[in-house]
Amino acid sequence: MAGGASDTVVRTGRVSRFVIYTVLIVFCIYYLLPLYVMVVNSLKPLDEIRGGGMLSLPQTWTLAPWGSAWSTAQIGIEATGLRPYFMNSILMVVPAVAISTILGALNGYVLTKWRFRGDTIIFGLMLFGCFIPFQMVLIPMARMLGLMGLAGTVPGLIFVHLVYGIGFSTLYFRNYYAQFPTELVRAAMIDGAGFFKIFQRIMLPSSGPIAVVCIIWQFTNIWNDFLFGASFADFDSQPMTVALNNLVSSSTGVKEYNVHFAGAIMAALPTLLVYIVAGRFFVRGLMAGSVKG
Amino acid sequence: MGFLDIKNATKSYGSLQVLHETNIAVEEGEFLVLVGPSGCGKSTLLNMIAGLEEVTSGEIAIRGNRMNEVRPAERNIAMVFQSYALYPNMNVAQNIAFGLEMHGVPKPKREEAVRDVAELLQITKLLDRKPGQLSGGQRQRVAMGRALVRDPDVFLFDEPLSNLDAKLRVDMRTEIKKLHQKLGTTIVYVTHDQIEALTLSTRIAVMFGGYVQQLGTPKEIYDDPANMFVAGFMGSPSMNLFPAKIAVANGVPQAEFTLVDGKTGALPLPNPAMAEHDGRSVILGIRPEAITDLDGADRNSKAIHQVEARVEVTEPAGSDTFVVSEFGSKEITGRFRADVVVKPGDIFPFAINMDKAVLFDPETENRIR
Repeated sequence: MAGGASDTVVRTGRVSRFVIYTVLIVFCIYYLLPLYVMVVNSLKPLDEIRGGGMLSLPQTWTLAPWGSAWSTAQIGIEATGLRPYFMNSILMVVPAVAISTILGALNGYVLTKWRFRGDTIIFGLMLFGCFIPFQMVLIPMARMLGLMGLAGTVPGLIFVHLVYGIGFSTLYFRNYYAQFPTELVRAAMIDGAGFFKIFQRIMLPSSGPIAVVCIIWQFTNIWNDFLFGASFADFDSQPMTVALNNLVSSSTGVKEYNVHFAGAIMAALPTLLVYIVAGRFFVRGLMAGSVKG
Repeated sequence: MGFLDIKNATKSYGSLQVLHETNIAVEEGEFLVLVGPSGCGKSTLLNMIAGLEEVTSGEIAIRGNRMNEVRPAERNIAMVFQSYALYPNMNVAQNIAFGLEMHGVPKPKREEAVRDVAELLQITKLLDRKPGQLSGGQRQRVAMGRALVRDPDVFLFDEPLSNLDAKLRVDMRTEIKKLHQKLGTTIVYVTHDQIEALTLSTRIAVMFGGYVQQLGTPKEIYDDPANMFVAGFMGSPSMNLFPAKIAVANGVPQAEFTLVDGKTGALPLPNPAMAEHDGRSVILGIRPEAITDLDGADRNSKAIHQVEARVEVTEPAGSDTFVVSEFGSKEITGRFRADVVVKPGDIFPFAINMDKAVLFDPETENRIR
């Protein structure tokens, strides 16, 4: 009609549209401002920050704070920069995410397509595991890791995150596979495919959306975890989050804010990257099954 | 001993028995249809043959070999599912070849087999497509191709036509029958559609409440139902069943029943043995096509009798006109010729073919023979 090409349900006038955009832009700025401050100040020499004007652009642009944060900054007792800790985090997060996702998929497959007596109880317990607060398991877990000889190591951290991750990944995959037609599994059984062949050839190829959801969720949680990292890691196995804390909260020397900002951005970049790459699948995965199976 | 033997097979979930002792011996090349309303145990029985459900007691044997403990893949069966169950991530050719691949058939041989089956089912052009890009009828063909390519001992069909629209269903029905005639394979076919059962089968097992109510050829099931359930379930419109009383007049047994206006209708029973049931209350069953107008009556029958009754409703259906009246205070339907001039309220002579009439006991609902 006269309003022109608009595919929204509610038709809005010029004034209300102006108000909506203004509010949206204000919120946008509100959310983006911290990121702006961090980026801008990580690119200035320390003098400029001390001189005030957190919001102003750098007068002299410099990458020195980034270099310092990455390879020379004093963290704990050694001046190694964040690099070794970044590597620790990568070494921890990749296997932890991969294994918890695969195990979650297998669990979901068994809980929906190979049901057995008491399977709902097992699923209920796993679900319950998702809601146990981290603080509660600190001491028992420390004892367990000690017994297994994994205390203070990256594999130890992987194990802890695996135990916590399986509950969530199982929940995701179980609910996704519950929508998956059981007749397909039966057809594959008659065709002669076994337990793992069905999983590998029939279930996994259809699991893309939920795998993305699971990976994003696990990656974000494990990468950002501080408590387990601080509790169970030694100096040589600390993840990025703990190292960043050590960098920022060191009580000696000059506070190099520009270096701190650069380090903080480094710590946030991987999760940001994962969201940008897989974000659209994330929404799709969350919606999958809600409209059509 | 048959080709596929179901011996005293039962199925229970906990204390609930969903399939009571069942015995069916299927001969090689037979087309057995299991028919019944939902929850009658027909799909359970099929899944037991397939090995997807365990047999609680009794035995299932194929070619004389006990199958109870054999995995589905090793029973040499193939199954077509209601939802077709095509693997969504594989194209048509891969779908058809999957079973062969899992059984370790080498690739060149697989490709040849797929080509042959595709040709037989006229789906050669679809081989590269994914199931999502196919219509219902095409999916149905692919699902059959997947079963055919294995060259199994027994084909199992689980309501394969119920997801198709009415016209396509009739076409595919004919196609399945053609395929059976051509290949001569043994088929067990589950459906809730009695027309499918009658048209396709060489034998039918009518099931209800976990029991096989009757096992027989389509003609036996249709003309000679064992009980009121079979009589009412098979045939459309369903058989007219109304209460009557056996009385003997001049030595001839006849069924008496009340008509709409309080008068009594009487139909002689062709079987003289019925005289011994003098005075017994029965349920009289007559198929709609055995209740006609006078000119439409079967000329080969020696037992056409007339009853004058009031017409309640007429339903012209193009090829026939269905005329509704009331016998024994039950609505009955007669199948009249299409161009009979009859209107509601008329007192009209109904010609009834008593050769085709059957009697049931009102208590046990079983046939009185």
